Amino acid sequence: MSASLTLVVLMAVLYAAGVYIMLERSLTRVLIGFVLVGNATNLLIFIMSGRPGGSPIITGTARDANMADPVPQVLMLTAIVINFGITALILALIYRSWWLARLGDEGDDLTDEHAGETASSSEENFRSSSDDDAAVQASLDAGAEDAP
Amino acid sequence: MNAMSILVPLVVAIPLIGSAVTLALGRRHSRQITVSVVSLTLVVLAAAALLVLVDRHGPAVVHVGGWQAPWGIVLVVDRLSALMLLISALMLLGVLLFAVGQGIVDGDSETPVSIFHPSYLVLAAGLFNAFIAGDLFNLYVGFEMLLSASYVLLTLGGTGARIRAGVTYIVVSLVSSVLFLSAIALVYGATGTVTLALLAERIPALPTGIQLILGLMLLLAFSVKAAVFPLSFWLPDSYPTAPAPVTAVFAGLLTKVGVYAILRTQTLLFPENPFSVPLLVVAMLTMLVGILGALAQADIKRLLSFTLVSHIGYLIFGIAIGTPLALAATIFYLVHHISVQTTLFLCAGLVERVGGTTSLARLGGMLKAAPVVAVLFFVGALNLGGIPPFSGFLGKLALFQAGAELGTPLAYAGLAAGAVTSLLTLYALARAWNMAFWRPRREVENYESSMLDRLTDDPHDQGSVITKTVSALMVGATAAMLLLTLSLTVFAGPVFAFAARAAADVEAPATYIDAVFPNGTP
Repeated sequence: MSASLTLVVLMAVLYAAGVYIMLERSLTRVLIGFVLVGNATNLLIFIMSGRPGGSPIITGTARDANMADPVPQVLMLTAIVINFGITALILALIYRSWWLARLGDEGDDLTDEHAGETASSSEENFRSSSDDDAAVQASLDAGAEDAP
Repeated sequence: MNAMSILVPLVVAIPLIGSAVTLALGRRHSRQITVSVVSLTLVVLAAAALLVLVDRHGPAVVHVGGWQAPWGIVLVVDRLSALMLLISALMLLGVLLFAVGQGIVDGDSETPVSIFHPSYLVLAAGLFNAFIAGDLFNLYVGFEMLLSASYVLLTLGGTGARIRAGVTYIVVSLVSSVLFLSAIALVYGATGTVTLALLAERIPALPTGIQLILGLMLLLAFSVKAAVFPLSFWLPDSYPTAPAPVTAVFAGLLTKVGVYAILRTQTLLFPENPFSVPLLVVAMLTMLVGILGALAQADIKRLLSFTLVSHIGYLIFGIAIGTPLALAATIFYLVHHISVQTTLFLCAGLVERVGGTTSLARLGGMLKAAPVVAVLFFVGALNLGGIPPFSGFLGKLALFQAGAELGTPLAYAGLAAGAVTSLLTLYALARAWNMAFWRPRREVENYESSMLDRLTDDPHDQGSVITKTVSALMVGATAAMLLLTLSLTVFAGPVFAFAARAAADVEAPATYIDAVFPNGTP
């Protein structure tokens, strides 16, 4: 089995950097570290497929003899999808812990950017917007009456 | 296409379909419950049928999509897998009923239910997938499925304590997953396959040094998941914060998948048992350190988490010895421990609701307040502690016999560690029972005890006491699961005979290889 030296060096650098960053306390850095280590592992799987060759699966061409090994590519694809899902989950977790750190449990009671407004003021907002709607409707009706 | 090969993929497909349906039914809570209960019941039936069929006709093998083994994905159910499928499906169903009972009482304010059922079913599917995986990569996918679902379940509700506990758990699990995937890559590089049946032939043919590296990497990855000392530090900090049913499932099943993976790979891929001595040492340390940790806890959930770690040691002890008797004892103990630990965590959940806390410093008079819970906890504790005639005693006895048969000084040392651990387990649990149930309520205030002062409470405990009502369904589910653990005692003969047959299969990899490659390996 022969492997590309560039890929091996890249994998080693990714592993080293990833592990180093994962040792930090901050969750965001742990995530970045995880992404690096995950990609290093994907590269490791890829390196294990040996020398590059012709497209796999498609047979009947002159390059059949040195076809690339398709299995590691399949494994890699699955691993990439799994890493993607877990990255999304950790991002949600980071957002949640940021939320808790900034606002505490009271943060959950805030609904949106109108937080802090009283019920009556939001009712007022609602009424004024429905008034606007009524005015628009009235002008539309007036326009319709003017039409021949 | 016979009956067996139809049933095999169903155990993964049914929970996954159920999960999709429950996700779509997000707001219709009662229908979600129906779908979850029905799909897990179907899996229980399928697993029971598989158990009988596999025992009669030998391993069931399915080549997914018709792609033959080394190229396609192969699913294999042998006796060990079938047994694990059945017991875990039963546990998942029992805990689901408990969770439903809890939800009915609470009006679902505690858990955002719309996501509970889908995650729970994905967890089940991942678990079953890991048990029937016939190749290393599918095992990895099964692990990832159940871990992703467990991340969601552990951080349900997103409170500060749960996020904090979840982060530890997630980071540790991620590291072990990366290690596992790297090990798979190296195994593929060394042998050109990930199918277990083919690896069983090719790995023993490798140079010893490479074998050791591959074996050690797999062992490390699984040991983190199984919480084997010294890779068990994360468990007591993360499990107890989750909702009671979630903790019960995690404690009963998630660590055992790791043990199952160790058992499967060590026997199938490394039949020479090269890690026997280090595993024996680690098993002893796991037992002793775990139980000493349990002794220092004042919180019942943390105490149970530490006993969980220590009893993983027995399983590793059996795997380390590796004789047919030891493996049979390990399989029996695995089944016993899954059921009894899940039941005890459910009991702790009941205690938390009736007593308002799980801290021994503030619990008391529970025998009067909840006599049924007291009996459930007491019987479960005796069973875990290994008092005759319960299944815990039978499993430990068989393990000790296997250790004595091996007869090396290290095996005897492990035996002694096991006996001490068993006694200390009984001591820790009996003390917890005495404090929480037997001590009269009025003695809780100003209780003077040099022992209690030295126990460490849960560091995140707020000191609050909030009692909640318990529904009949919760107690019923716990009682039913306790009856299951007792039936392991009553029917110990047939169960152990089955475990012995399963161990004989595991001990002789030829059975497994022939089932996957009936015409010889390529």
